[in-house]
Amino acid sequence: MNRVLLEQKVLSENDRLAASLRERFRENDVFCVNLISSPGSGKTSLLERTLAVLPKDANVAVLTGDIQTENDAARLKRFRFPVKQITTGGTCHLDARMIDRHLADWKLEDLDILFIENVGNLVCPSSYDLGEAAKIVVLSVTEGEDKPLKYPSIFFKSELLILNKTDLLPYVPFDPDLCEENARKVHPNMESLRVSCLSGAGFPEWLRWLEQRRAAFLKSKRELVEQV
Amino acid sequence: MHEMGIANSVLEAVRREMRRYPEARPANVGLRIGEMAAVDQESLRFCFEALAAGTDLEGLQLEIEICRRRHRCKDCGNEFNVADYEFQCPACGALSSECISGDQLELAYVEIEEHESSTVGAKSSQ
Repeated sequence: MNRVLLEQKVLSENDRLAASLRERFRENDVFCVNLISSPGSGKTSLLERTLAVLPKDANVAVLTGDIQTENDAARLKRFRFPVKQITTGGTCHLDARMIDRHLADWKLEDLDILFIENVGNLVCPSSYDLGEAAKIVVLSVTEGEDKPLKYPSIFFKSELLILNKTDLLPYVPFDPDLCEENARKVHPNMESLRVSCLSGAGFPEWLRWLEQRRAAFLKSKRELVEQV
Repeated sequence: MHEMGIANSVLEAVRREMRRYPEARPANVGLRIGEMAAVDQESLRFCFEALAAGTDLEGLQLEIEICRRRHRCKDCGNEFNVADYEFQCPACGALSSECISGDQLELAYVEIEEHESSTVGAKSSQ
């Protein structure tokens, strides 16, 4: 018996395609975020309110993933930004190939921000790089504070935790401080924001986060170019 | 249930590698899975066997090494396993450390049986 060392990532095909997407986003100055949560945590509502408050001439687009139906795209298209539904037909996560295919007829040079709304699932999407600049995990206050400890992978890989539905805090026994503390046990430097898509609380901070991170993304590119 | 896709990627990688050894047959394939990789071992084995059945890779054995979450202390450089989200360095007590292992999903090796053994043993070019 001979052992041949392979030393490669199992999902190297996805990673290769994700790297080429990341390169294209970088070339075209597109700041891309990948939103991940359990079903029903409010990813679509977060995007609806975000699109509603962004300037009408903002260069923003959304790819939204679900196993079936065009419902989310229909909700998001009302805001007149480019929106495309990705229906996976059963697959529990988006992969880089799906993103690549659905970007085919969009001009990346016309975009500043691309939101990817992943399929509602706190486990599988964490394994698939989509070429994004940042993963964002959304958790709602009707879930448990210990979710970061139960599903560490996605919290470890995400840069931002958005605690959603804070308007319900008076009615549910949920301790947001404890939840954020648990998230930082898994990922010590993780940032967090608290929002309500119903009242709009926390949205100025969320928009500021997007703007600051996008600026940092553009700056890191300029520094890279200067080094070369 | 993304284990089906992962199992499929493993089988594809083995087939790709085996093109270099047309006379040989793969017996075992080794994976390294971090405890934070969000991959269920039993589910992966089930999918792997289901996909390999009735193909050229039927009977290929999956060998899985689970990798612990390991951190390196930023103060003293000590490396330690993390259990129950306890990040304090056991050597110097510092709380500042970085993760160095535990979320990997890697194909480590394939073990092959062949008649002419002279061409194998070299590190894969991939």
